[in-house]
Amino acid sequence: MNLILTIAWTHVRHRARQTLVAIAGVMTGVGFSIMMAAMMEGSQDDFIKTLVDALPHISITDESREPTRQPADMVYAAAELHGLTPQVRRPGIKNPMAMIASLQSWVPGSLTPSVQSKALLRFAGRNLNISIVGIDPHTEVHVSNLGTHMRQGTLTSLYRSSNAILLGDRLANKIGARVNSNITLASAEGSNMNATVVGTFHTGFRAMDETTGYVLLKTAQILEKQTGIVNEIRVRADDPMAARLIAERIGEQTGYKSISWQEAQEDLLSAITLRNVLMYTIVGAILLVASFGTYNIISTITHEKTRDIAIMKSLGFRDHTIRAIFIVEALLVGMVGAALGWVFGYLLTRGLASLEFKTPFSDYNHLPVLYAVKHYVLATSFALLSSLIAGYFPARAAARLHPVDIIRGAT
Amino acid sequence: MSAALIEARGVTKILAGVVPVTLVQDIDLAIVPREFVAVTGPSGSGKSSLLYLLGLLDLPSSGDVLIDGRSTTSMTENDRAEVRLKRIGFVFQFHFLLPEFTITENVALPMRALGQLPSRAITARAEQLLASFGLGDHRRKTPDQLSGGQRQRVAVARALANDPPVILADEPTGSLDSVATAQVFGILRELVTLHGKTVVAVTHDLALAAQMHRRIHIIDGRVARDERVASATA
Repeated sequence: MNLILTIAWTHVRHRARQTLVAIAGVMTGVGFSIMMAAMMEGSQDDFIKTLVDALPHISITDESREPTRQPADMVYAAAELHGLTPQVRRPGIKNPMAMIASLQSWVPGSLTPSVQSKALLRFAGRNLNISIVGIDPHTEVHVSNLGTHMRQGTLTSLYRSSNAILLGDRLANKIGARVNSNITLASAEGSNMNATVVGTFHTGFRAMDETTGYVLLKTAQILEKQTGIVNEIRVRADDPMAARLIAERIGEQTGYKSISWQEAQEDLLSAITLRNVLMYTIVGAILLVASFGTYNIISTITHEKTRDIAIMKSLGFRDHTIRAIFIVEALLVGMVGAALGWVFGYLLTRGLASLEFKTPFSDYNHLPVLYAVKHYVLATSFALLSSLIAGYFPARAAARLHPVDIIRGAT
Repeated sequence: MSAALIEARGVTKILAGVVPVTLVQDIDLAIVPREFVAVTGPSGSGKSSLLYLLGLLDLPSSGDVLIDGRSTTSMTENDRAEVRLKRIGFVFQFHFLLPEFTITENVALPMRALGQLPSRAITARAEQLLASFGLGDHRRKTPDQLSGGQRQRVAVARALANDPPVILADEPTGSLDSVATAQVFGILRELVTLHGKTVVAVTHDLALAAQMHRRIHIIDGRVARDERVASATA
């Protein structure tokens, strides 16, 4: 074995109790870091996945990013006109089917038209404001997971009666409606409609399950009093992460507001980034605290070994050899601690993943965790770096010892 | 006279402090090959300090120490360490062996630090050195399993590990009983007479000093007498 490694190994081996405490410190640090990273990133991935699954990857609406220019503004570009009455614009996307056909030629994914509307739901003496989404069940299945979220009925149940509606299960429970219950919908446009509940769905998002109802496109158009209106085209991209680029291109091509899921959830994603910063800060702090244990053991060894250091220096050991001995000791503690920390972290993660509980916002039965090699690599790197730094300072002090001072003192 | 192995030229060592202490002052001397030198003097006279300066464990405040004719004051610490490793072997009053290692490993340390021999050859040489000092049967023992005399013999074996031409010994028999003293002194004498080494030993024991080739008597950090005895027992 290499001389430095031999001496370092002998030193740590002969201080088994202290070494084990230091190793336990690193192991705990690495273990908890791995567990925290697995938990934080697992919940983040699961959240994004649920978000991506539940919402359209891209939503093209009948709005534009810039305020609509008025005719007088367009004619008199240099003049500033006040008191003009804005031009009344007919809501909805122009020629939606042609646009869908055009987009389908290049957009890597599926598209479906829909009508977004608001309505007052009346049932059993209760009035609730809900979102009504008009869909085409045949194309909807390619764009959202609504079909897989059905609790009662199917998407095609919407064809069962003339004004059929699918309600979120929480909404149905809230008002006490069941399949085949007749409810009344009143839109802001003043139309009233009797609808039959033909099914319920459960997405796992409370806000959605409590306030949304799905109807056929045609039904939503009647509710909006606009025959043939489509005010949203939803896109499910083959690669969800490419949604932002596709949305930009769609916006440029159609002139309509095209929003990717990343843009729509920008605040949330920023919060996730902030959460990650917090996570890595906490993980760093844990490992930093663990490194104090390493510092302690290496400091103790160098203190106890001053005479040996003087002997080695008198024999002709160079400063860097002395320094290397104690740095290697710290790294030994760090490496063994990290290796045990992998096992500890894995077991902690498994334990955490097996815990059952519910959150008020979603229906997770188990805490989602992510098993990723990068967590182990990251925790190990940080642990070794901490150990290196923790070992360096006592090692440097050891290398600077003046052998004569020690030998004179000893004799 | 042969060229000096170690030469001190106007060496002075002053310990800085509120009240500076002069350890050795204006020392000029030359140690030549195959000399068996005793450095004597009362306690606190500067004997050990002189030895540390000659062995490059300490730097003079002024003056120079030459090893094989090379000035050492301008050397880096690493260069001085290399000189110690190759050219000088140390034996201290207390054995100063590393307690967690076997005596074979202790003797092997300087060879491993030098890194010129393969591992097996190092172990073989360490065992051979120990055997030559009558410690062959103890080679797997740690220092705490040996007597004081045995430990000091191990320390001498370690000093010889890299086959240096000079052995500097700081009261090598100072903590030994008379039997062990005789053994260790005998070994040091044989190093000179049989193996052609140069031994410089600090000692309080005037009877031992009387058996050595040369006696340098230090008083108050200065060389008071420097006697060469042609008829010494060695």
